[in-house]
Amino acid sequence: MNHSLYGQFSALHQLRERAPLFLAVLFGVTIYAATCNLLLAEDSVFHVSTYTVTLLGKYLCFALLAMAVDVVWGYCGILSLGHGAFFALGGYAMGMYLMRQIGDRGVYGNPLLPDFMVFLNWQELPWYWHGFDQFWFAMLMVLLVPGVLAFVFGFLAFRSRVAGVYLSIMTQALTYALMLAFFRNEMGFGGNNGLTDFKDILGFDLQADGTRVVLFVITAVVLGLAYCTSQLILSSRFGRVIVGVRDAEARARFVGYRTEMYKVWLFVYSALLAAMAGALYVPQVGIINPGEFSPLNSIEIVVWVAVGGRGTLYGAVIGALLVNYAKTRFTAVLPEVWLFALGALFVCVTVFLPRGLVGLAQRWRPRPAATPEEAA
Amino acid sequence: MKPRWTVLFTLVLVLCCAAASAQETGDPNELRALAQQLAGASLSKMPPILEQLGETGGERVVPLLRALLEGDLYKVKSTDEIVLGVEQGDGYAASDALDGTALGEYPSSDLKKLRVNNSVRVQLRGIIARLTLGSDKVAVRKEAVRNILERPDEEGVTLLRAALLQETDATVADLQRLAIALYDINHTDDPALRLESLQHLEGSVEPDARNTLLRLVEQDGDGNYLEPNPVIRARATALLQNIESKVEFYELLETIFFGLSLGSVLLLVATGLAITFGVMGVINMAHGELIMLGAYTTYVVQQLMPGNIALSILVAIPAAFVVSGLVGIVIERGVIRFLHGRPLETLLATFGISLVLQQAVRTIFSPLNRQVATPDWMFGSLEFNAVFSITYNRLYVLLFALLVFFLLQLILKKTPLGLQVRAVSQNRDMARSVGIRTEWVDAMTFGLGSGVAGLAGVALSQLTNVGPNLGQAYIIDSFMVVVFGGVGNLWGTLVGGFTLGITNKFLEPVTGAVLANILVLVFIILFIQKRPRGLFPQKGRAAE
Amino acid sequence: MNFKKLVSKAALAAGAAVLSTSLYAADTIKVGVLHSLSGTMAISETTLKDTVLMMVEEQNKKGGVMGKKLEAVVVDPASNWPLFAEKTRELLTKEEVDVIFGCWTSVSRKSVLPVIEELNGLLFYPVQYEGEESSKNVFYTGAAPNQQAIPAVDYLMNDIGATRWVLAGTDYVYPRTTNKILEAYLKAKGVAASDIMISYTPFGHSDWQSIVADIKKFGSAGKKTAVVSTINGDANVPFYKELGNQGISAEDIPVVAFSVGEEELSGIDTKPLVGHLAAWNYFQSVESDENEAFIKQWKSFIGDDKRVTNDPMEATYIGFNMWVKAVEKAGTTDVDAVEQAMIGMTTPNLTGGVATMGKNHHLSKPVLIGEIQEDGQFLVVWETDGLVPGDAWSDFLPGSKDIIADWTAPIKCGNYNTVTKACSGQNY
Repeated sequence: MNHSLYGQFSALHQLRERAPLFLAVLFGVTIYAATCNLLLAEDSVFHVSTYTVTLLGKYLCFALLAMAVDVVWGYCGILSLGHGAFFALGGYAMGMYLMRQIGDRGVYGNPLLPDFMVFLNWQELPWYWHGFDQFWFAMLMVLLVPGVLAFVFGFLAFRSRVAGVYLSIMTQALTYALMLAFFRNEMGFGGNNGLTDFKDILGFDLQADGTRVVLFVITAVVLGLAYCTSQLILSSRFGRVIVGVRDAEARARFVGYRTEMYKVWLFVYSALLAAMAGALYVPQVGIINPGEFSPLNSIEIVVWVAVGGRGTLYGAVIGALLVNYAKTRFTAVLPEVWLFALGALFVCVTVFLPRGLVGLAQRWRPRPAATPEEAA
Repeated sequence: MKPRWTVLFTLVLVLCCAAASAQETGDPNELRALAQQLAGASLSKMPPILEQLGETGGERVVPLLRALLEGDLYKVKSTDEIVLGVEQGDGYAASDALDGTALGEYPSSDLKKLRVNNSVRVQLRGIIARLTLGSDKVAVRKEAVRNILERPDEEGVTLLRAALLQETDATVADLQRLAIALYDINHTDDPALRLESLQHLEGSVEPDARNTLLRLVEQDGDGNYLEPNPVIRARATALLQNIESKVEFYELLETIFFGLSLGSVLLLVATGLAITFGVMGVINMAHGELIMLGAYTTYVVQQLMPGNIALSILVAIPAAFVVSGLVGIVIERGVIRFLHGRPLETLLATFGISLVLQQAVRTIFSPLNRQVATPDWMFGSLEFNAVFSITYNRLYVLLFALLVFFLLQLILKKTPLGLQVRAVSQNRDMARSVGIRTEWVDAMTFGLGSGVAGLAGVALSQLTNVGPNLGQAYIIDSFMVVVFGGVGNLWGTLVGGFTLGITNKFLEPVTGAVLANILVLVFIILFIQKRPRGLFPQKGRAAE
Repeated sequence: MNFKKLVSKAALAAGAAVLSTSLYAADTIKVGVLHSLSGTMAISETTLKDTVLMMVEEQNKKGGVMGKKLEAVVVDPASNWPLFAEKTRELLTKEEVDVIFGCWTSVSRKSVLPVIEELNGLLFYPVQYEGEESSKNVFYTGAAPNQQAIPAVDYLMNDIGATRWVLAGTDYVYPRTTNKILEAYLKAKGVAASDIMISYTPFGHSDWQSIVADIKKFGSAGKKTAVVSTINGDANVPFYKELGNQGISAEDIPVVAFSVGEEELSGIDTKPLVGHLAAWNYFQSVESDENEAFIKQWKSFIGDDKRVTNDPMEATYIGFNMWVKAVEKAGTTDVDAVEQAMIGMTTPNLTGGVATMGKNHHLSKPVLIGEIQEDGQFLVVWETDGLVPGDAWSDFLPGSKDIIADWTAPIKCGNYNTVTKACSGQNY
């Protein structure tokens, strides 16, 4: 009784202490970018171009994805090298909705079948494409499919106590298998080309500046909500058990916690965050294809988290933003150097900055209260 | 149009006369003049000249025809003279196309290759086959007979009948009888002769024999047999059954070999990983790039010793081991040792290293694939019969993989280093306290594992592309093998590799290559849930 | 704090970029180059980036276009398909380029397409592809299926006498579509379904034992068999090695490939490939004055006497020259004006003929069949009598046989249905 009361108090307390700064920064920037894009004239010095807005929108999706990975890795020590899979599945569900929205405006004018099915002679819509013309159904699937996959995979893996590097490799195999599967044209997801050429979402033109800004704002809101929820969950009693599992799983189990169930639910929650990031990502970049499942992508996400600093949610967000910004800059200015820089970043961060940039900042400005993070 | 035909006709007439006189006198100069015409001939003009050459020159022109077939025939740009060229340094060592006398060296800019296309190649092979039916080499005779068997004509079969009387080698004679029988079945009407010919087809797995038999029992759209003679039909049906079961058996053997071969590749790429993972608990994501370095070493060695391809592969084996091993040791000393006891961080850091290595190779060698030549002794296949043959490169890779595996076992079981490695892998603290320099053992183990990756690279350079992405293509597969087999147990890797290889190859005909791949992955994922420590789990405290 | 600073900096930078480009826009014409310089596609695309740079340099030596210098803006989409869209947006809005040369894979083009149509840019796409597309903002200078696949099959059928067919490809859109077209075409020519074998493999497939054994088995049925290969890039080396080792020679079962050119061959030990075929619109070995000059220029630009030229390079060459001419004709780099000027534009190709841009934004091209030689070059064994105009929509697919593309008035549509007289799914 006492414990849970304290837990709740502490959760609220922590949320109150940490969230405001993060949320203030997030929404400040969002509102600034949105208004500067919509209200200011294009030749104004302070105008934010649509290019920048879509770029920011994409970064925020990645930030959400990084947060998802951080929740399981930073707080529970589960290094998932397959979170790209949940991201992509969410993206595909959204993509299927957008595909169905095209209706008879495809190049072949077929009211039911997407273009890629028409020219490969598909006669009818596969059963799993039904229902995706309804927004609510698609949104349900965005959460349901990755959620169920995460539950089944997590349940099997954690119950058999697959852990550490084994688990990492298994998650990698999972996303790799999905990538191969989605590459197959027989699967009916557009093969290598994936889903593209979207027109509108809920009746709003995807190419309009207004829609882009709204999507960007929604992404920011979802990121903010996810931050609060995650913070609440992780500083609740549940979260304390999670951290306990990370630091000494066997001990937590001996004390009587069913650690595997804690891990499964956290894993599912994380998968849902990733799926939402994917669903928000697709309408903003305009394409989803099996490349998103590639193991390389998933590893990159982990690096964002490592760079920012795992075990702190805002660290993951900062890492995702910084690395992606660097990527955008480098691939434009010094394309040949990009992989060298990324590779060196991996090595340096893991060897010299085990707690990322946030850890570095904390070291310089030590806080009185000791943080519990010391990762596995 | 007309005048040109007349010219051509006269030309042919002149040629015939020339040929006739050449045959009579056997005058090499006449032959030479005939050969010389190849220099100016376009592809469409070549066939009549070649036919003449074959008829008049006899076995003497075979080297010339072979050279033309293999692209070794050149014309000297200044004189139009036809010579046989062998690449030597920057130029060619030329020799006379007919009698082989050396003609000195030419720089490559002075020579122009005589190009031929497929239809000329087919014709050349036919002519060579007819001319070499009486060769004193069994292999050459066999090839000649096979050529006629595959493209039978009246003239060739007549020559075969004559050759059969002289033939001393039993297998060649069988092939000759088969070729003649097939021709008789398909081209004569005499039922007795055809029935008698059928007996030569018994148990033959030659595709031509099988096709002939299939045609004999074929029905048309209305259910009528194409072959009217019921006796022949009945005999053909019986023969066919026998052949089909034989073919099925060989196909099974073939699939098993395919599986073993795929398994050997998996074994090779996974062995190095099994060592580093098993002993140090380190997941080395740069493992694929160490394989790639081995392949590039092969390429560099070949560049350093041009003109000696056969030997270069043998030199490349130790070279690749050393290069990859050293890089491995540098990685261990430079990065991994700082991350001791933090396997997940090691995974990330080595992944970073893999990106750097990839890009380094791209910068040094360009993003294009590099050409690694295959030595002659690794080219072609070991033929058991027409439906079952084993390709040499895969056979050697299989043997190589097993050799590497057993050498490693030897090192781990019989050398002081092996003893220490096993000690460290079983109980690091205890090993240290009895005086083993665990740091040194770690470096050596990592070097050993990386060196084996380099060896895998040499093997892969003979099977696939040598490019910056080579390593990535195999990294996930090698993880799967190690995890499936069980960490810390080389035998597990061996069994795992071959099991996955054979499973894949048996699935592939049913499901297609992509789905087979996916199914194997899903199978491993489920298997690991059932047995989290793989096929052969490590026992005792080391497992935790 | 960090984040906010970063973003405001980015916003300022973007603003500054817009400002600065509008200042400089008067002096140069910007040419965007959108080819992957890292990742899996770098192997093919880097060459095209260099080709564009070479053409820009050459054009500047001649005095530029309309008295202005050309300025190449190179970005790296890193073989990452969403990044292609992002980089296109960057090129068009930040850099304000007047034209983009880029893309290799179909998926990269599909990713770029919505952006380039939204921002009304201009893209020259230089690679052979599956067709089934015609955008107002894209000019397709590579081959459509009717300029590569169908003539190649005709050659095998009529000149080689093939009656049994293996359609082998990598499992992605180009092979799938091409094989669908070929299957329909072969059946229309009276080939029985049992004489066609179709097989798909994943990207980068390296273990070809079973498939080559199947081809061998399929080919031993006593009929002349040919393989039509749409196998992509990296998978080709192990494929041909396995063919050679299993003793399948070009004389027995010829393989005609649509994705194997001089550059791919430069990374292969060509011994086992000799005699196998490829169908392209250009070979380095073609003898013409333009080609000789082009090869010489390329070798000196790249500083390597061993580098080869290939078909997508020729497509880039044609596209670039045509764009220069169209800009000069239109007197502006304005996309709509250039687009109209492009139609009907002619420019010499490298095989001694003249390429014409059709109303459907596809080029007319000669189709050449070459046999692979030991030195990695091709010996041309067959070519079409004249030029074949590119067909955006295949006549052999049920979904697209009624569709045509015509970007002149009054149709002005990339997918005009001649039966329903409707133009569907355009974004303008």
